[in-house]
Amino acid sequence: MKTVEEIKAAIEAAVPGAGVEIVQNPGPAAQHSLLLQPEHAVDVAKFLRDDAELALTFLSNVTGVDWPDKEITEKVKVTKMVTKTVDGVEQQVEETVEEPRKRVEPGYLEVVYHLYSMTKKHGPVVLRMRTKNRTDAVELPSMTPVWRSAEFQEREIFDLFGVVFTGHPDLRRILMWEGFKDHPMRRDYVEPDDYDYEPTAHDAVLAKATAHQARIAEQKGAGQ
Amino acid sequence: MAVDEQLKIEMGRQGVFVTTLEELYNWGRRSSIWPMNFGLACCAIEMIATTMARYDLARFGAEVFRPSPRQADMMIISGTVTKKMAPQVVRLYNQMAEPRYVIAMGACAISGGPFKQGYNVLKGIDRYIPVDVHIPGCPPRPEALLEAFIALQKKIDAQPLTGEARPRHLDAEAPGEFPVPEPGEHDLEPAANTSVWTVPVVIR
Repeated sequence: MKTVEEIKAAIEAAVPGAGVEIVQNPGPAAQHSLLLQPEHAVDVAKFLRDDAELALTFLSNVTGVDWPDKEITEKVKVTKMVTKTVDGVEQQVEETVEEPRKRVEPGYLEVVYHLYSMTKKHGPVVLRMRTKNRTDAVELPSMTPVWRSAEFQEREIFDLFGVVFTGHPDLRRILMWEGFKDHPMRRDYVEPDDYDYEPTAHDAVLAKATAHQARIAEQKGAGQ
Repeated sequence: MAVDEQLKIEMGRQGVFVTTLEELYNWGRRSSIWPMNFGLACCAIEMIATTMARYDLARFGAEVFRPSPRQADMMIISGTVTKKMAPQVVRLYNQMAEPRYVIAMGACAISGGPFKQGYNVLKGIDRYIPVDVHIPGCPPRPEALLEAFIALQKKIDAQPLTGEARPRHLDAEAPGEFPVPEPGEHDLEPAANTSVWTVPVVIR
């Protein structure tokens, strides 16, 4: 099979302006993936499926990844004017100081596709797509028109991660019920507080159960 | 009124069979408990094995699995009850005719089991419907289900037909229908039926 770099070149030759990036996998598997731009993703997918040499006809797996907002603390060198007493005389001295600075790297939702070829017996080719953010711009193009097997798995990702697939023929929740508001597989999912009976709690569950009991006691105290 | 055991045996030798209405009634009740044809997860496979020739639940009068709740006497909650399935389980229970019994089979049905902290798993079916027998195990062996069935029969046998401890179907005040939980925005509403389930006190 072609290497990821060769596939990238082939895509860029076939779909002008596709803007494919390679996401390196530093592990020993070295299974690098291709990050697609959502605008060109369907064209790229059609090329990968229909290209005689690649013939990636089988979409084996679709999954989601939640990357929450990351707060990064860096040390930045800042030059400042500092008043200092040198040899008994107050002077303005220029000094370089390292200052910690915090910046928030916005998070995103990611969808990963694993492709194989049934005729050429090769694979996997890993595709990724990322949403703009985790709140309002969560649309990604659906791959269901290209590979039908994506249908239920994209519905599952819509259900559990909240990625909205445009062009999906039947985008409804699949595991949770209609009217359910949360996306349980997101990192910031707040589960219902039902830790009222945990007879054998330990570790994280014990902490949650203890917090629940404290909250109940507080409410009782407030009610009296 | 109970018959003296010794007298009963003695009269039996003479060809006279003595019983009480209570005994006869309970014998009838416990000897033909038809389960509902209803499986939820992997425990259902063990339930099926229990009904087959090797373990043969039919020996105890539970030979016919009825595909309709109207014709069934007993519901075996065999497996994980998801929050999406819980309203349907309660609805099926409501559709069963009295007298009706529930066996909660396996870790999931009694508490949520290994999936207890999952976002989609009910932490025990006894939060919504009254359960007669709980069986631990993951999954319980067919012998455990047989044991639970025998325990249920013993429970029926020991029930007096009058007084405080009488079975629910002879008590006009007892609730016949149990509220079906509504799927809410974050969880089932209500999270438990407080008339059936209260938070058990843990004694350490």
